[in-house]
Amino acid sequence: MIPFGFSLSPSSVTDLDKVDTRRYRELLRLEPGAATCIGCGSCSATCTSSAWTGMSVRKVILGLQRGRDVEVDAMLRGCMLCGKCTMVCPRGINTRNLILAAMRISKEDGK
Amino acid sequence: MAKKLRKKYISSGPMPVPKWENVLVVGAGIAGLEAASQLLSLGYKVTLIDKASYAGGHVASWHKLFPDRTDASSVITGLLSSIAGATLLLSTEILSVHRLGEGFAVVLSGGETLYFKAILLATGFSLFPAEKKEEYGYGVYNQVITNSDLEQWFNEGNDPRINDRKISSVGFVHCVGSRDIKAGNPQCSKVCCITAVKQAIEIKQHFPDAEVWCFYMDLRLFGKKYEDFYISAQKDYGIHFIRGRVSEVSEAIDGEVIVKAEDTLNGRPVKIKLSLLVLMAGIISRNDIQPLAEDLSVMMDSDGFLLSRDNITGITRSQRPGIFYAGTCTGPKTIPESLAEARSAAIDIHNYLRGL
Repeated sequence: MIPFGFSLSPSSVTDLDKVDTRRYRELLRLEPGAATCIGCGSCSATCTSSAWTGMSVRKVILGLQRGRDVEVDAMLRGCMLCGKCTMVCPRGINTRNLILAAMRISKEDGK
Repeated sequence: MAKKLRKKYISSGPMPVPKWENVLVVGAGIAGLEAASQLLSLGYKVTLIDKASYAGGHVASWHKLFPDRTDASSVITGLLSSIAGATLLLSTEILSVHRLGEGFAVVLSGGETLYFKAILLATGFSLFPAEKKEEYGYGVYNQVITNSDLEQWFNEGNDPRINDRKISSVGFVHCVGSRDIKAGNPQCSKVCCITAVKQAIEIKQHFPDAEVWCFYMDLRLFGKKYEDFYISAQKDYGIHFIRGRVSEVSEAIDGEVIVKAEDTLNGRPVKIKLSLLVLMAGIISRNDIQPLAEDLSVMMDSDGFLLSRDNITGITRSQRPGIFYAGTCTGPKTIPESLAEARSAAIDIHNYLRGL
């Protein structure tokens, strides 16, 4: 290969026509409350592990909607299941069930 | 005969209306006052009652109104001067109501029983009790006050929670008890976003050196000149807006409060120490409206407010003949909206009574 002196960067665009939302649809089946998230960030703000691990329920939901499965798996590993996010969610989402469901889907995918 | 009537109509102005018909207006807030004033000018006898010992409702305790920073007291004074012909009964509530023919026999707490052809409910709203959101520490930390407390301080200036400390940073928490399913209020209170912008500007004028932060989920600045107000808050007053709902408040060792939120636009948790935190308590339905609604056989909507005949074409009409609504008893509204609805309800009542 001829060294051109530059490399190609992959596109950062999320192509909504092509994104694979199978995991999100499965999440909705197991925890329908996921659809009511308004992205207010209360969960992430109160999260015990967020500051060190990047865990964020809001971002898990959004990540699965956008097909960013690898990032979601990394976040899920940071959860300690303390349940504080369940307490602050204004939409009353059962975040504990949501996280466990997302973990189960992830595990079944063998990731 | 027709010619004669027509001549009379032309020569003496508006069509004559029966003068003996009585209308009861429940609630002497802005909607009740405005409706009473309109009904008086249409020729009706109006009795206006309120549970409180003063007229003007919530607006009476407010300082300035968005978006032009009009004096709240001037609005109330204007409305009061226009109801001079009405019977105003304060510290009065309805004990019972019975339908009698085409009207209603109403027993008031003063002991009298009066007969009315129509009833207008302008019963207003309750402010969300901010102490219910325990994680925000209202009633626990002296650094945490509500939007209503702040207006009172603007009016009277004697709140030790503000006066007794150096105010170097102030936070405003939007949506306290609004859009909150767990607090039992899924609805948007509509007026808090613009009220927070207004109060943030006023705080900045009182404490020019203080940094002011607004924590919001969405900024809903829908009304006339609201967006201009918002731009001015950003540009002229340097107020910071963080898109994230405050999750918890705790006390710092130096007497300030530590506020945690997620800066969702940056995707990172933030924390900040503030000398004062203002909770924007939202509009909820009155908890004492249910017994009255049952007495009158009007229904409650799924949001806890009174149920209108139609939410688009008949917001001021109940499902019962002779009972009408105006203002925030059917849901959160701005002052101009409540006033417009009051005028609309007065015309509705006029048409209803003419058709009897």
